[in-house]
Amino acid sequence: MNVMDTRATSAMLYLDGVHVSFDGFHAINNLSLTLAPGEMRAIIGPNGAGKTTMMDIITGKTKPDEGTVLFDGVTDLTRLDETRIAELGIGRKFQKPTVFESQTVEDNLLLALNVDHSVRGTLFWSGSKAESERIDKVLETIRLTDARSRLAGSLSHGQKQWLEIGMLLAQDPKLLLVDEPVAGMTDVETHLTAELLKEINKNHTVMVVEHDMTFVRELGVKVTCLHEGSVLAEGSIDQVSSNERVIEVYLGR
Amino acid sequence: MTPHMLTRSLDRGATMFLAIVAACGILIPLSNLLLPAGSFFQVPTYLVALWGKYVCYAILALSIDLIWGYCGILSLGHGAFFALGGYAMGMYLMRQIGTRGVYGNPILPDFMVFLNWQKLPWYWYGFDMFWFAALMVLFVPGLLAFCFGWLAFRSRVTGVYLSIITQAMTYALLLGFFRNDFGFGGNNGLTDFKDILGFNVQAEGTRATLFALSCLALIAGFLICRAIVTSKLGKVLIAIRDAESRTRFLGYRVESYKLFVFTVSACMAGVAGALYVPQVGIINPSEFAPGNSIEAVIWVAVGGRGTLVGAALGAVVVNYAKTFFTSGVLAPYWLFMLGALFILVTLLLPKGIVGTFNSWWEPFKAKRPAETTESAAAEDGVSEPDMAE
Repeated sequence: MNVMDTRATSAMLYLDGVHVSFDGFHAINNLSLTLAPGEMRAIIGPNGAGKTTMMDIITGKTKPDEGTVLFDGVTDLTRLDETRIAELGIGRKFQKPTVFESQTVEDNLLLALNVDHSVRGTLFWSGSKAESERIDKVLETIRLTDARSRLAGSLSHGQKQWLEIGMLLAQDPKLLLVDEPVAGMTDVETHLTAELLKEINKNHTVMVVEHDMTFVRELGVKVTCLHEGSVLAEGSIDQVSSNERVIEVYLGR
Repeated sequence: MTPHMLTRSLDRGATMFLAIVAACGILIPLSNLLLPAGSFFQVPTYLVALWGKYVCYAILALSIDLIWGYCGILSLGHGAFFALGGYAMGMYLMRQIGTRGVYGNPILPDFMVFLNWQKLPWYWYGFDMFWFAALMVLFVPGLLAFCFGWLAFRSRVTGVYLSIITQAMTYALLLGFFRNDFGFGGNNGLTDFKDILGFNVQAEGTRATLFALSCLALIAGFLICRAIVTSKLGKVLIAIRDAESRTRFLGYRVESYKLFVFTVSACMAGVAGALYVPQVGIINPSEFAPGNSIEAVIWVAVGGRGTLVGAALGAVVVNYAKTFFTSGVLAPYWLFMLGALFILVTLLLPKGIVGTFNSWWEPFKAKRPAETTESAAAEDGVSEPDMAE
């Protein structure tokens, strides 16, 4: 069977007419958004605009009431659960850094590696050279080589954020969803994180949710502003930040 | 189990624990059998039976620690799996009585004759053979745990809700086994056992052998648990315990992992029950009482959740205390003492005896260059179980 024929879209991620409401509150309202393969997209918007809910829908945590969510042009994500979606190649970094605090930095990365995740596979697992080389490489990228045998719970806030990005790298997904990566970081750390994400974007499609406009500007990518669960404006950072409606609801005058 | 998994699973604490259990398993039966009665070093038979009971409880505690300490599944119904294993063994022992029963019926156990039953119920078939009963000891608790876990974990029942339905499960079994028409001896349960594999269950030699076998089962159970928790699967279990949804987003099928450990744990509990019954000489529905399961969880909390050694130690210490206090004037107050113990441990020693000892010992150990980083890292992974849940 020719895979090309079955593709509905060439987009890596395709959302069309998505609706979600929680007890009558329309968290996502006719949201349509596409992400091209290899693209990095910044998502901005006021609190309650539906940014995190959108990520919940893409990763299978929340099921939309209606609408289409296609991954890689062929896979309907609304029918799959979190595990299956992660296996397909969608990785997620949470707003609040979520690492496995009672395990070492190295073990956190080991758990994230996209190798056999079956019960039998992990029970009879014994490390391979390729795996430890990949972990070493990720540790270097996220600057945590010296902290490899420390417990993840003992890391600073910024280091935890990086470790979680490192876990995404180890997972090596096709699409990375990154929720507020620089929240609580110093200016230097923010700058380094922007560099890191640009580096990651060379091989991966990335969607970043962030409030920090300096950081978004530094990324220098297409920006989508969400408001009340749908797209308010889309374009370059200059276009979006000069948009009247965006200034009114989000940036402020 | 591959040799690799075996070597990885043994650090100093684990080796020491195994050595102590093995020494007890050999020395106590030998002293009981070989030394003259009344000698200072001779362990009297009643103590052998009593300690055998503790060892069975230690296996049960180990099975609870595997799921609670490492995967965060708080089962308040593990006594059910223990009792089911016990009943499977009890049924074998009943069939061995044969014509020596009060009514002398070669096939039907006494209680069935008493109830005017004409023939053996189908689910008693095969229990005259030891190998079949031994298989059922593993299979019945395992199957129940598998079905129960499959339904509960797939529906993502977690935390206190899971604990409550495990309580309901053991209570439902309690009510069922109380009924005479259930076919397991009703209120009285199964008792008056004569022999096991042709040996008199009351004989000193048999009791000593059962004690040694219980120690052997404790060693085997401990090795299986260690192999599981030191494998990569163990890391996944801890990940599930600490951040379940995060683990799911990494692409792990959390319900399969939970189902696996829950079933392994239930089988272990079943073995503990099967060894318990010939040593205490009776199995009745009170073993299903919800209180028993909760008591077993307290053993684990006292000894140290997520340490395995602690679970076994907790079971022995708390039960020794129980024997000591319930045989004196303080007997009516035992449950208050147990409750107070649980509250005090939760408040003052949240890591339990072994967990507290480990965190006290670790700074000393870190100073010693001989200690490899590998074994230290292996212990780090289990050093901070969260009691707050």
